[in-house]
Amino acid sequence: MKKYNSERIPKTERITRMVAHLYAKMPEIESARARLYTESFRQTEQEPMVVRKAKAFAHVLKNIPIIIRPEELIVGSSTIAPRGCQTFPEFSFDWLEKEFDTVATREADPFYISDKAKQELLEADQYWKGRTTSELATAYMAPETLKAMEHNMFTPGNYFYNGVGHFTVQYEKVLAVGFEGIMDEVRRAQAKMNFGDADYATRSHFYEAVLINCQAVIDYAKRYAALAQKEADGCMDPARKAELLAIAANCSKVPGKGADTFYEACQSFWFVQQLLQMESSGHSISPGRFDQYMYPYYKRSLDEGIMTRAQAQEYIDCIWVKLNDLNKCRDAESAKGFAGYSLFQNLIVGGQDEQGRDVTNDLSFMCIDASFHVFLPMPSLSIRVWNGSPQDLLLRAAELTRTGIGLPAYYNDEVIIPSLMSRGLTLEDARTYNIIGCVEPQKAGKTNGWHDAAFYNMCRPLELVFHNGIDCGEQIGPKTGDVEQMQTFEEFFDAYKTQMDYFISLLVNADNAIDQAHMERAPLALLACMVDDCIARGKTCEEGGAVYNFTGPQGFGIANVADSLYAIKKLVYDEKKVTMADYKKAITFNYGKEVHPLVVAQVAGTVARQLAENGVKADAAAVAQATQTIIRESVTAEDQRKFKELLNMIDEITKFGNDDEEVDAFAREAAYTYTRPLLQYKNPRGGQFQAGLYPVSANVPLGAQTGATPDGRFAGVPVADGVSPTAGRDVQGPTAAANSVAKLDHGIASNGTLFNQKFHPSALSGAAGLENFVNLIRTYFDNKGMHMQFNVVSRETLLDAQKHPENYKHLVVRVAGYSALFTTLSKSLQDDIIRRTEQGF
Amino acid sequence: MNDLLQTKGRIFDIQRYSIHDGPGIRTIVFLKGCVLRCRWCCNPESQDYRIETMTVAGKPKTIGRDVTVEEVMETVEKDRGYYRRSGGGLTLSGGESLCQPDFARALLATAKSSGINTAMESMGCAPYEVIERILPYLDTYLMDIKHTDIKKHEAFTGRKNDLMLENARKIAESGKTNLVIRVPVIPTFNDTPEEIGSIAMFADKLPGVRKIHLLPYHRLGQDKYDGLNRKYLMGDVLPPENEHMLMLKKTVENVSRLECQIGG
Repeated sequence: MKKYNSERIPKTERITRMVAHLYAKMPEIESARARLYTESFRQTEQEPMVVRKAKAFAHVLKNIPIIIRPEELIVGSSTIAPRGCQTFPEFSFDWLEKEFDTVATREADPFYISDKAKQELLEADQYWKGRTTSELATAYMAPETLKAMEHNMFTPGNYFYNGVGHFTVQYEKVLAVGFEGIMDEVRRAQAKMNFGDADYATRSHFYEAVLINCQAVIDYAKRYAALAQKEADGCMDPARKAELLAIAANCSKVPGKGADTFYEACQSFWFVQQLLQMESSGHSISPGRFDQYMYPYYKRSLDEGIMTRAQAQEYIDCIWVKLNDLNKCRDAESAKGFAGYSLFQNLIVGGQDEQGRDVTNDLSFMCIDASFHVFLPMPSLSIRVWNGSPQDLLLRAAELTRTGIGLPAYYNDEVIIPSLMSRGLTLEDARTYNIIGCVEPQKAGKTNGWHDAAFYNMCRPLELVFHNGIDCGEQIGPKTGDVEQMQTFEEFFDAYKTQMDYFISLLVNADNAIDQAHMERAPLALLACMVDDCIARGKTCEEGGAVYNFTGPQGFGIANVADSLYAIKKLVYDEKKVTMADYKKAITFNYGKEVHPLVVAQVAGTVARQLAENGVKADAAAVAQATQTIIRESVTAEDQRKFKELLNMIDEITKFGNDDEEVDAFAREAAYTYTRPLLQYKNPRGGQFQAGLYPVSANVPLGAQTGATPDGRFAGVPVADGVSPTAGRDVQGPTAAANSVAKLDHGIASNGTLFNQKFHPSALSGAAGLENFVNLIRTYFDNKGMHMQFNVVSRETLLDAQKHPENYKHLVVRVAGYSALFTTLSKSLQDDIIRRTEQGF
Repeated sequence: MNDLLQTKGRIFDIQRYSIHDGPGIRTIVFLKGCVLRCRWCCNPESQDYRIETMTVAGKPKTIGRDVTVEEVMETVEKDRGYYRRSGGGLTLSGGESLCQPDFARALLATAKSSGINTAMESMGCAPYEVIERILPYLDTYLMDIKHTDIKKHEAFTGRKNDLMLENARKIAESGKTNLVIRVPVIPTFNDTPEEIGSIAMFADKLPGVRKIHLLPYHRLGQDKYDGLNRKYLMGDVLPPENEHMLMLKKTVENVSRLECQIGG
């Protein structure tokens, strides 16, 4: 007999209607949280920060408007408008004020905002001038770091302007003992305190803050209980009335007390999931191993005969709908990088227990089926794969992949577990890992991983090698010498490494400055009470309370760097077909293609610099005129011919992604230039830096800031996504691409790697198609790949969706580490998705 | 062994992650040269044994290269892990592989002896003695039977079908390979229930044959005819409708005990 029941349960009409309701209107920005939060802050000026924040959050929970949406079985909404969002001015606010008039019409992730909300936000924001984490972080950064950021070498935007998030908390603790149980735990810890303790001041206030917030959450749930009771009293439909009464009963019990039934557990889970995202604006609050911690309640309710599997499925489906109800407004640039309104709430099924046994159960299948039913981007569904994973589970997952929703993503236990152990996790903790956000592995309830700490564009230091560390006329990197004088490839590669090392140190400087700012200005008490060892250590996660502390900034553009290095080695040094001077000219002038603004900026910078060096005082107009002349006269017809010839030569060279030993070895080395230097750095929480190799969708906007590269890529074009080959350059099919990618060292990139493949649905047709697809994944994982995800949709469909977005409101594609609605993505990102090689035949 | 590895042959493509020609994930090696000239052929560049130039996306491309078994196996080996997981392996296609019998045999024997599953897509259009020498190294024989009518076969492919049908019987009787019958379903040629039924009944009588694949005609090779400066004779013929394919599948199931699938 199988150890799980995988029988499918049909979707109910309720779920269809709830989804329709959710997507009926454009999402809206609401001001209640910012107003209430600020109101409290104005009253607590003299108190310790952790208490001020706890009080402010409690004030929000006590007064924010609440709503039960039509037909809901699980309640708790952060906004009155479906898919609305609150704002978090304590982290940053300038950007939103600047975008008040454009946020509703911008390309990526637009939001409606009412005049009243604008007014309230402006009023609240006034208080925060000079008090945000963002401003403090800026003050902490080295001038060199600020300069590098100005020149788009990297961007730590995520935590610079927002909360950190990227946690999986101990949901199981709340399910078991409730917040009342946690308050008891805190009181026991309080009882052990001694007035003479060195950390008495901070510890005692931390406990006070936790107690304030636990009580606030319990009271918030009770507000829902009262609202449900009131609606029940006025409800004429007996069926709905009974549902509302059940909701009222749930909310008056959980999450204050431990859950007994599966339904209560679902409601308790939801309050935790929702309120963590109200406490701070940090995204990637990931439910993690939902199929594991919910299972005891599921089994108990089934065994007691108080719930059917169909009811359980509907509760799960309701949670899936609610995960899409939460939303967040980011600044326009970040919205491009995280396109698709995504909150990256990653939920993972399958995998192993502490002893290394497979733990697939009924809920593992029901979670996959819930994504079939709801068919929306959230949760970011993931699946753990190892040799002992039941083929049934992977086939069910593959069926979901085949729908084109871009879910689930597949993760390889056999690479991730040892990788985490190499970062100091115990065997048991590593075996029970889950995924945060896009692709980042960690141990739930013990880790403050800072998983998404920055985007680092590996192509930019390459540009600096060509310009001796000068960008747009400014010396921002080390002087690695005149590129035309470099006699060997090794010399060239060393110069690249020198540039990389330097900017990595600045990246660390930026992240640590931000880390310090969060420590001082954003200690979060609610979060802390569900992460070990915060209560025992008497401090928040931001102050180093978690057992495991990391900072994981992600690098991308490996394929471009690998192809570039390989082309330079071949053409300039081995075969001597091109001089470095010609190569430099070609990339400086964008291979003669068009006068891209990046070319103009670069030339103008050089002109201004030379004039200054010669002691000529030149005004902007003179520089602009000289620039125009240079651009016009520098590229001769002979140059154009040479550029074209060079592009043809580059085109002939094998690229990363085609299972070629030599070029793949370059990719491995290129990745090391990022992954290795990072490991030496520490963060203020006492943890280690670790590299990720994935771009979210930032490869598009950051590619727009990158000049032409030696692999034949034109200025402004997206750089390669994650560890995937450059779009369209892998021409030998999916196994060759997978083999190439597997040759990178994934284990060292312990903050996760991302490999994207796009399939035409025909490649997955029939039972045999699914089997082959699953076996493709298994083999990539045998070869030590870490993560794999898929876009399954036809090119024609995507082109048509661009033309007629109104017909494709629900078209979901995998962007990079998450799924998004295709029509909500920017045009250039849409184009990028379309361009990715279709791997079906 | 060394002799086998150094055996030379002429191919025009190697395609990895092929999932429609034999079990599992496979690598297909396309051998150049064919005895037939089927009008619907989607690989017209496979037909002539000579190396030729075809215009692809506006650029001239040389079609055909001479390689050793060792060189081919280097590529085939790269996906060994995928074969192991999926039960896949090497498939020879063409052209007609039997036009280069020594090369085909050497490739199959080398793959087989290194533990790689083998398949061959072929019309069986060669003396049986040639086929017989290959069979010990062939796990699956994907045999094309296009028509049971000798005249119609000749009219549309350039050759009579008597030798092929006879070979099908002999291969089946040998019991040395898993014989699967494949029928390209071509409107205007063989897409009536009577014609497909007749092929099914023939296949059903072959000892050991249990599977038949109906491969719907497609026009994906059309551009290649332009690239070769040849006229595409199937111009206005449309691919069969899905419903029509399902009806033919039903016909096969009615007149035979064969397991029928649409597509490879």
